[in-house]
Amino acid sequence: MSILLDRNSRILIQGITGQQASFHTERMLEYGTKVVAGVTPGKGGRLHLGLPVFNTVEQAVRQEAPDISIVFVPPLAAADAVMEAAAGGLKLIVCITEGIPNLDMLKAKRFLAEKESSLIGPNTPGLISPGQGKAGIMPASIHRPGPVGLISRSGTLTYEAVYQLSQLGLGQSTAIGIGGDPIVGLKFVELLEMFKSDSLTEAVLMIGEIGGQAEEEAAEYLRQSDYPKPVAAYVAGLTAPKGKRLGHAGAIIEGNEGSAQDKVKCLAAAGVKIIENPAWIGQTVRELLAEKKGS
Amino acid sequence: MLIYEFQAKALLKELGVAIPAGYLAETADEVRMAAEKLGGQVILKAQILSGGRAKAGGIVVVDSSDQAELAASQLLHRKLITAQSGGRGLVVKKLLVEELVSPAREIYLSLVVDRKNEKLAALASPQGGVEIEELSKSSPQAIKKEYFCPERGLMSFQIRNLAYFLDLPEATFKTFLDYLKSLSTFFLLKDMKLLEINPLIVKTDNQLVAADIKMDFDDSGLARQPEISSLEDWSGLSAEEKKARSFKLNYVKMEGHIGCLVNGAGLAMATMDIIKLVGGEPANFLDIGGGVTEEAVGQAFEILASDQEVKACLVNIFGGIVRCDLVARGLVASARKFALNKPVVVRLQGTNETEGRKILGEANLPFYFVNDFEQAARLVVNLSQP
Repeated sequence: MSILLDRNSRILIQGITGQQASFHTERMLEYGTKVVAGVTPGKGGRLHLGLPVFNTVEQAVRQEAPDISIVFVPPLAAADAVMEAAAGGLKLIVCITEGIPNLDMLKAKRFLAEKESSLIGPNTPGLISPGQGKAGIMPASIHRPGPVGLISRSGTLTYEAVYQLSQLGLGQSTAIGIGGDPIVGLKFVELLEMFKSDSLTEAVLMIGEIGGQAEEEAAEYLRQSDYPKPVAAYVAGLTAPKGKRLGHAGAIIEGNEGSAQDKVKCLAAAGVKIIENPAWIGQTVRELLAEKKGS
Repeated sequence: MLIYEFQAKALLKELGVAIPAGYLAETADEVRMAAEKLGGQVILKAQILSGGRAKAGGIVVVDSSDQAELAASQLLHRKLITAQSGGRGLVVKKLLVEELVSPAREIYLSLVVDRKNEKLAALASPQGGVEIEELSKSSPQAIKKEYFCPERGLMSFQIRNLAYFLDLPEATFKTFLDYLKSLSTFFLLKDMKLLEINPLIVKTDNQLVAADIKMDFDDSGLARQPEISSLEDWSGLSAEEKKARSFKLNYVKMEGHIGCLVNGAGLAMATMDIIKLVGGEPANFLDIGGGVTEEAVGQAFEILASDQEVKACLVNIFGGIVRCDLVARGLVASARKFALNKPVVVRLQGTNETEGRKILGEANLPFYFVNDFEQAARLVVNLSQP
């Protein structure tokens, strides 16, 4: 199997007629992903990339019954698009958009809490279950199917990690970017829980970075849950200065919280194999899998 | 986005929150005149975009207009290094000259986006004037937190909870309620991240005066906050930072000698880390972002190559949205323009990598290609050594 996304997933693209959305929808279709429709208010009734376009999510749901929506809507309208998808009953919402105001995300998350939908992102490359489907903007060619579940707060660093894994012949069950913003949907804890019972996943790789408490929460979860699969982690930002935001809105060491050193310490104490050097991601996961088979 | 204290105080005044009488001054002469108007005994406050000013000597109390002028001449145009300015000095260009408000008590008050709990919070402490982080460690019971949501805002009963916790005189209650109502509404309306009044002074006549204020706005909200955006001041930025900003590059200067040009924040951090791991020191964080143009790549490269501290560069690109050939073209055009004379280690992976390497390879410039991440870092560290 895989988590969240498989070959039967039916995908809706919100903001499908935009330039980035069009480009990436084509890449997803090429990969064999079942994209079934798009939404752009005011452009309903047309075909775009051979797909039906609707004015509202409600209409798209009625006609095409999608279960995952990918949001490519501009920042100031994106939180509303996420809520529209949740109101439409979409199981999973993947929000690619970067630069959504904090308060909008707070409102959207409160709205989602009353619905059945889960959110990935915002400011994420999305997720891919190699060989089954891709719901995002990552380059497909570096991925291959296999046993490693990957959860990351970064974009290109995830590609680097995937590249290292694939070079060593280690494929991925599902690779998920959880997003670089301060307020995001599913985080390490929820996704670790999903990978726990996924039959395809034999080991989990976490890519963290400075800022926030998501890695610390994951460490606490792992410490208490007697996790059945080996977990490795790399945390970026060892050299990051305090109080300076490094690119991602979420990547900032505020006060005494969020340093890479603290995160690494917590994860190590929870039994996670720490990857100190970002060039060793692939080989460390390989060793971890070998140890597991040997034991 | 942080704004200056004098800007924040102007906003407070519009909201009906009392602030000390004061004047903004840019010369020692102006400071003297302001001090005379305020009766001689005044406080001078350096206007820089950083906290920790008092410890850095940026806040001075004087007894007369003569003293004020003298102190101003020492403060103006000086560089202040605070605990929060990242080791760099911030030039003092303006001073806020204010009356001294004699406090009966000093309160801490703030509104903040609590990212861990994904809520908004109002914080109050009877121990104003101290750093809240230190207080939260030494005596957390001295801080009260009221969570609120963006839909309903901070409610009156929550403000009363804070007032009773602070043990405020009842004569101040109405003002306290009014202040927090309008501040919390403003906070939500203006996409704020932090609004901190420290201290809020309770005067002997039961007036409440905001003696110091910090306002930080969510950068992502600025697109819909023209009034707040107009307060942004680039004059404290270096020439490189200004260039980076105008080309939408995420650039942070560091102490080392190895320039880094990377796409993506996570990979950029990892690149800095690996340089450090193999014995070097990064000169900067630089994420060129996903929507970068050829010209912006060139500008980014120029920022690094023209930096005297930078002895060698590492270009680390994992093409996804960003195409390697676009990056290569930007690098070559820029390197030709300023006659590149520093070694540059290049690692190109992903979208159009072959084309990118070809463009760089044919340029006849000091580029070194390495595929392996760690080898690239080791090579650039070696090349940076004299």
